[in-house]
Amino acid sequence: MNQTIVNLKGVSKSFSSADGAPRTVLDQVDFTLREREIVALLGQSGSGKSTLLRIMAGLVMADGGEVLYRGQPLYGPARGISMVFQSFALFPWLTVQQNVEIGLEARGVPAVEREKRAEKVIAMIGLSGFEGALPRELSGGMRQRVGIARALVVDPDVLLMDEAFSALDVLTGERLRDDILELWEEEQISTKAILVVSHNIQEAIMMADRVLIFASDPGRVRYEMKVDLPRPRDADSAEVRMLVDEIYAVMTAGRVRTGKTVEPMRLDERLPEADISLMEGLLERLMDEPFLGHADLPQLAEETELTDEELLPAAEALALLEFALLEGGDVALTDLGKQYVAAEYVERQALFGKQLLKRVPLAAHIQHSLLQDPSGEIKEEHFLALLRDSLDKDEAERVLNVAIEWGRHGEVYRYNYNTGMIQLPETDAAEAV
Amino acid sequence: MADQKTFFPRQVVEASGNRWDWALLPLVLVVIVLMAFGARQMATPYQIGTELPISLDMTYLPYYLLRTTLRMFMALAASLVFSVAFAVLASKYRTAEKFLVPMLDILQSIPILGFLSITVTGFIALFPGSLFGVECAAIFAIFTSQAWNMAFSLYQSFRNVPPELAEASRVFQLSGWQRFWRLDMPFAMPALLWNMMMSMSGGWFFVVASEAISVSNQNIKLPGIGSYIAVAIEAKDLGAIGLAVGAMLIGILLYDQLFFRPLLAWADKFRFEEIGGAQEQSSWLLTWLRRTERLQSLGDGFASLLNRSFGLFRRHHDGTSIKARTLEPSQNMARTWDAVLAALILFASWRLAVFIHTEVGWSEVGHVFVLGFYTLVRVMLLILLAALIWVPVGIWIGMNPKIAARVQAVAQFLAAFPANLMFPVFVLGIVHFKLTPDIWLSPLMIFGTQWYLLFNVIAGASTIPTELRFAARNIGLRGSLRWRRYLLPAVFPSFVTGAITASGGSWNASIVSEYVTWGDTTVQAHGIGSYIAEMTASGDFPRIALGIGVMCVYVMTLNHFVWRRLYRMAEDRMHF
Repeated sequence: MNQTIVNLKGVSKSFSSADGAPRTVLDQVDFTLREREIVALLGQSGSGKSTLLRIMAGLVMADGGEVLYRGQPLYGPARGISMVFQSFALFPWLTVQQNVEIGLEARGVPAVEREKRAEKVIAMIGLSGFEGALPRELSGGMRQRVGIARALVVDPDVLLMDEAFSALDVLTGERLRDDILELWEEEQISTKAILVVSHNIQEAIMMADRVLIFASDPGRVRYEMKVDLPRPRDADSAEVRMLVDEIYAVMTAGRVRTGKTVEPMRLDERLPEADISLMEGLLERLMDEPFLGHADLPQLAEETELTDEELLPAAEALALLEFALLEGGDVALTDLGKQYVAAEYVERQALFGKQLLKRVPLAAHIQHSLLQDPSGEIKEEHFLALLRDSLDKDEAERVLNVAIEWGRHGEVYRYNYNTGMIQLPETDAAEAV
Repeated sequence: MADQKTFFPRQVVEASGNRWDWALLPLVLVVIVLMAFGARQMATPYQIGTELPISLDMTYLPYYLLRTTLRMFMALAASLVFSVAFAVLASKYRTAEKFLVPMLDILQSIPILGFLSITVTGFIALFPGSLFGVECAAIFAIFTSQAWNMAFSLYQSFRNVPPELAEASRVFQLSGWQRFWRLDMPFAMPALLWNMMMSMSGGWFFVVASEAISVSNQNIKLPGIGSYIAVAIEAKDLGAIGLAVGAMLIGILLYDQLFFRPLLAWADKFRFEEIGGAQEQSSWLLTWLRRTERLQSLGDGFASLLNRSFGLFRRHHDGTSIKARTLEPSQNMARTWDAVLAALILFASWRLAVFIHTEVGWSEVGHVFVLGFYTLVRVMLLILLAALIWVPVGIWIGMNPKIAARVQAVAQFLAAFPANLMFPVFVLGIVHFKLTPDIWLSPLMIFGTQWYLLFNVIAGASTIPTELRFAARNIGLRGSLRWRRYLLPAVFPSFVTGAITASGGSWNASIVSEYVTWGDTTVQAHGIGSYIAEMTASGDFPRIALGIGVMCVYVMTLNHFVWRRLYRMAEDRMHF
């Protein structure tokens, strides 16, 4: 077994939300990062994978448990741990060269040596000729190359990549990923281990030796998978496709109640963040050729050109409302779903509203409360306060927003942005404006 | 660094200094000599009571201009130092923040002339027998008109440093010193510069009052444009006022071209957001400076000094050292600090009550509050009036980009123009036509500050998305519907920003504009401004303090309950 670099034992983290109630993001997570391995963390947004990465970067302190780097406790960012950011985080007023040098400058490395080391990395990462450019002159892909060069120039032990390719277009992201893997395979870089946080399932399989899947509320490792394929890997090979399938199956299982075993949803449960038009589009697509009501999720993702971050919540929402079934990484239209696709707009709305009230307790509760209120309107704050009992402030707002959007589509209730009031839909008599 | 020279063309490397150096030399020498001369004049011996001769001869004007400009730049430098100290303390230390931010909020709403009347005697006592004490008082008064918005802007910038950059600077082990120069300062630079320019413009307005100091029956006139104007007003010499205005405009033009333009062009690289529409600043002087070698090497010297300091003030341990472990901030310390603050506030309130009771009496307080209400009504009405005029004009200009570019430059000039120079005209008019001062003096309050409304509305109108304009035209919006549903909501946020500035400025200006003199004629309106001005003239300190205090209460209440709410509303739901 290779030597351990980073070791997390029973790490917990909770953030106190604005109203003081703590929300657990990570619960008793054990994790080991060893030499010569690439590990990928997958999970839906809010599952704490980014927090875990930041704990290892020394940017966030864990509340409980132990964080060890090479046997030493970690209280802050360590010299041997470098990071690549999703938004690049380049200093816009420094040139490419200065940006790359910043870690060396901070360490007091003499100017001559700094220049030499920076030039070497700049050449290696494919930025030669751009030394004097300002980041704003570069394209996204080139900027992230600067970000990677800046992280590599300090000869890090561990490289942390926080969704490093998600701000880039697919092609650019893939190229950059392959370049890094090549440097890693040929051992051109002294980095001993790489940790990748991603929400792109294929990317994780292409890169990692191990994939960890996070569950949310509270965040913990739900599933671990070894990827024993030689690199470079072929995205179209049967082995990779099988593993991708497996992960889709894991990520959609359990999150959603499948057809027979209906477990009631909690009132304050997180709703999948899915856009109505995306859901409708997905339903129609599922009905069409080549799927005809049944699809393999990876294939659907490819066909619709949706990212996993967009596709999974939409599929989950469809399953939640009983328009589709999710099983083993596949999605299938239910009779209800087929009925929805066939219906006209008004009919669709009614159907959606019916399912919403049946399946989402929060929506039903909002309608129930509104019906009891003589004025037919209630401040959104009441529902936000309810959600905040178990979710943090932003999360609560997000969930209520989803509930509002769905409720509007189903004509169950309305919402006035200016007053922050949730209202019953107007009957013909109560037309005011 | 030696091999860096190879990037330059040969002739530049080999000549010692280049032609750009030689061409710039006279300019540099002139500036240095003038500054040295002006500075020496500041510290000449002086006894209180002696009159400093101010001549209306126009040959003295350049000299006066030099003295005034020097004063303003000294105040600007002091403001800069103050702002950095304030922003660093308030943004790094939670305990300091609790105390400093409200304090600045209060200081900001104290009328500028109030500072002058209270501090001038102290400064004179500090440098007995030298003019420098009086100079300091004048500089301090200008400082108070410049410092607050700069300090706030810097503090805001430090607080709003993009989190991912802050994280990057931690991951890459930047020390506090390194972070300050590499991240905090560069990020804050554009906003800071913009506020410095605003401050300079605002400073001119109070130059007259701060140079011609008449406190507690002392009448000191420091050599400068402000005193020149004051003397011209006493002598009822309209021609001299015209000359002073001319000199001032030249002064503004000079420091704009020689100081702010180059700085703005230089700071262009610190722009954070990558908006394509933002117009690029250019400056002939900066281009020139960048082509010189000697002067350029000065800049390089500074950069390498900074670099060396990075080596000295760096982080010597990383996150695995016990020193990186943050010590739990002691709960007791925090509580003690809160208790001390509370005790101080209680003590101050008690002293205040005692002071009012013994020195001025409660009925006077009521009277001043009524006066304050008059001024409040005036301020609000004027902003409404100004809005009625400038909002349509601003929208029209903003939607015609060609005109906007030209008008913007002129309008910025107008903002720097001290409106108090217009006062004589109003006084003459009021006396001649026997008008009511309560009404006809009012426009003076907003004369200098209305431009902020105009700027902001222009800026707001020019950001209306083109497609929205097309859409509005396409569906044939017209008449009141066009205004209610489209134009007014579109410029509302920028209007609020402008109105906040205009309102603050108008309160400040009320002190000079509700109590105006021309020769031996004094015209006075009812209001808190004229109350403070009158008490300042007679040197009644308790009543000055009362007036200032009450004005503070008004300004802070207005800010808190009206402007901030409107601002938040605009921010929340009316933006593109």
